[in-house]
Amino acid sequence: MPTLSKPLPPTEDKRWRLVDATMRRHGQQPRGLIEALHTVQEAFGYLDEQSLRYVATSMRVPLSRAYGVSTFYHFFTLKPAGKHTCVVCTGTACYIKGAQQLVETLEAELKISAGETTSDGSVSFLTARCLGSCGLAPAVVFDQEVAGKVEAKALRDRLSQWATP
Amino acid sequence: MTPDELEQIAETERESRGRFRHTVNVCLAAGCMSCQSQSVKDALDKDVARRGWGDRCQVKGVGCMGLCSEGPLVSTASSAADVSTDGRLYKRVAASDASEIVESLESVPVERLYCATDVPFFQRQKKIVLENSGVIDPERIEDYIAVGGYRALISVLTEMTPREVIQEVTQSGLRGRGGAGYPTGLKWSTVVKSFGTQKFVICNADEGDPGAFMDRSVLESDPHRVLEGMLIAAYAVGSSDGYIYVRSEYPLAVKRLKTAIRQAERAGLLGANICGTRFSFKVDLRLGAGAFVCGEETALIASVEGKRGTPRARPPYPAMQGFLGQPTLINNVETFANIAPIIRNGGDWYAQIGTEKSKGTKVFALAGRVQNTGLVEVPMGITLREMVYDIGGGIPDGRKFKAVQTGGPSGGCLPAEVLDMPVDYETLARLGSIMGSGGMIVIDDSSCMVDVARYFMDFCMTESCGKCVPCRVGTYQMHRLLTAITQMTATPQDLAMLEEFCDLLKQTSLCGLGQSAPNPVLSTLKSFGDEYKAHIEDHTCVAGVCGKRATGGRT
Repeated sequence: MPTLSKPLPPTEDKRWRLVDATMRRHGQQPRGLIEALHTVQEAFGYLDEQSLRYVATSMRVPLSRAYGVSTFYHFFTLKPAGKHTCVVCTGTACYIKGAQQLVETLEAELKISAGETTSDGSVSFLTARCLGSCGLAPAVVFDQEVAGKVEAKALRDRLSQWATP
Repeated sequence: MTPDELEQIAETERESRGRFRHTVNVCLAAGCMSCQSQSVKDALDKDVARRGWGDRCQVKGVGCMGLCSEGPLVSTASSAADVSTDGRLYKRVAASDASEIVESLESVPVERLYCATDVPFFQRQKKIVLENSGVIDPERIEDYIAVGGYRALISVLTEMTPREVIQEVTQSGLRGRGGAGYPTGLKWSTVVKSFGTQKFVICNADEGDPGAFMDRSVLESDPHRVLEGMLIAAYAVGSSDGYIYVRSEYPLAVKRLKTAIRQAERAGLLGANICGTRFSFKVDLRLGAGAFVCGEETALIASVEGKRGTPRARPPYPAMQGFLGQPTLINNVETFANIAPIIRNGGDWYAQIGTEKSKGTKVFALAGRVQNTGLVEVPMGITLREMVYDIGGGIPDGRKFKAVQTGGPSGGCLPAEVLDMPVDYETLARLGSIMGSGGMIVIDDSSCMVDVARYFMDFCMTESCGKCVPCRVGTYQMHRLLTAITQMTATPQDLAMLEEFCDLLKQTSLCGLGQSAPNPVLSTLKSFGDEYKAHIEDHTCVAGVCGKRATGGRT
């Protein structure tokens, strides 16, 4: 039986070392798959075919399983994010306090729906199930920074701030 | 680590704390962090340094103080005999207020920012799980040890047999805090009795309910308490490997857990031969990736194994065959957080609190249309009215109370008529809701109950894992019918169909997600049936929410 040698990283990029370290920590076992995909997304921002192939081969799982896992979980994205991200929380507390208006404002302003990125790649608009910041509803995350009690006006202000370099 | 060494650390820590005349605690949990509490702490630090008060005033980052809607929160305490600043709480503090607060330490409190703590929101609470929240620095193990942390673990390891530990937990009457309320002691003894080459302990920190943030707060404010609970559980069931399955949406909780695990390992409280005994236990983190269904225990195990998080039929229960086919104990964060105090004070002490069948306290995340939103811990059996009006402070903006939603997408909406009912597992279940993990959302008359039901169905539809047909197809069809009602295009037949689907999903779904998905619909149909009728027959929505606008959102 031919022995499966570990494949070489697809590119020279140093970030693959982080991915390798995570896979090694889990002994290249299939059960570390989700952790490995987390590391890829943290390092590269998203999962593409190349990284899925690499992780799948290294951890000895079928590519279909790696693809299945990466599409099952909402956290993983197969497309690169925009320059800025705007995540509107649509948890119950935020919904009761008007998150829907915020979603509609963004849809109207950016002309995209939730989960998409503007065509110029400047803003990604996402919705989250619950950020756990229910005490501050409605909450929005602008580029990793959580803002509480957001109103439509504040949202528009932020967007125009991002539009002007 | 021996008991003496532990006492030594606690003593040193208390001594070094006693050297400061004043302590200023700044909340550094996620709620206040998103109101820039870090900059408040930096400003306080700077001001103390500027005055040269570094040797008499300590600024400490602590966990959640509860009243999240008024953040950032700052509290002060003093050890000096001549001035008392103990228990002063300041709300909505900005970085520019730092100097004034430091100045006030030697005199009267800052009136402008003062937050009264003699109000029901604070007075009606009974803190067991949250006893250290807002008091200790969650990033320092010494702080936890100084308030008696890890003492329960050491007494368990040195003085008690596993059987005695389980007996104590059974005696306490503690029930699973994840929602279903399965007796914890019973679950532990099942794991003990099950045969396996290895046993696992998993902490379920995949808090997916929208509107619930208790577990996040506990992990951010007092992570060592959860580790201690897991260690005691592992000793009791004979496990040497544990996992904490935590949501990746909670970066701060993940960071603090990692810190806590590292510190405990260094102190010899995690790892091989803990405290010189034969007991070894190691803990690893597993990050969730945003799937609500992974809160279900068999789906959670699949996810920890690196697979798609789909549930499987039970039995066999995870307590018999779980992770890697071995007996696995899965408890919620809050359940583990209750263990150390139960061991410290005895099961009988815990059993005195609460009602006959629901013992102890429960942490609730109070949110929605209520004056005081935040985290509260109350004894079981408190009435819903006390929760909403006394602790919550009533409905703001002069609006009218309509319903209180408990249990998230698996729970129900309770109307005004049942406000005097006690909050415990059985009563809530009888009323058509569930205790759930502890989200409590107050809804006023500006919300339409049909729209709320549609919102929860939208949630269940998107989160359905797709493994079983009733849930995958049923939630889609129910969502379609509810959308038709909110768009005023439904017929009475649609309503009958909706009720039929409720029954179908309840009876035939594979896991809890599908079985409980109809709860929001059933409970609103029962208590707010006339709203459904008004939408269908008169094409009106009393709250004025439905119609054109309700077409938005994911469909």
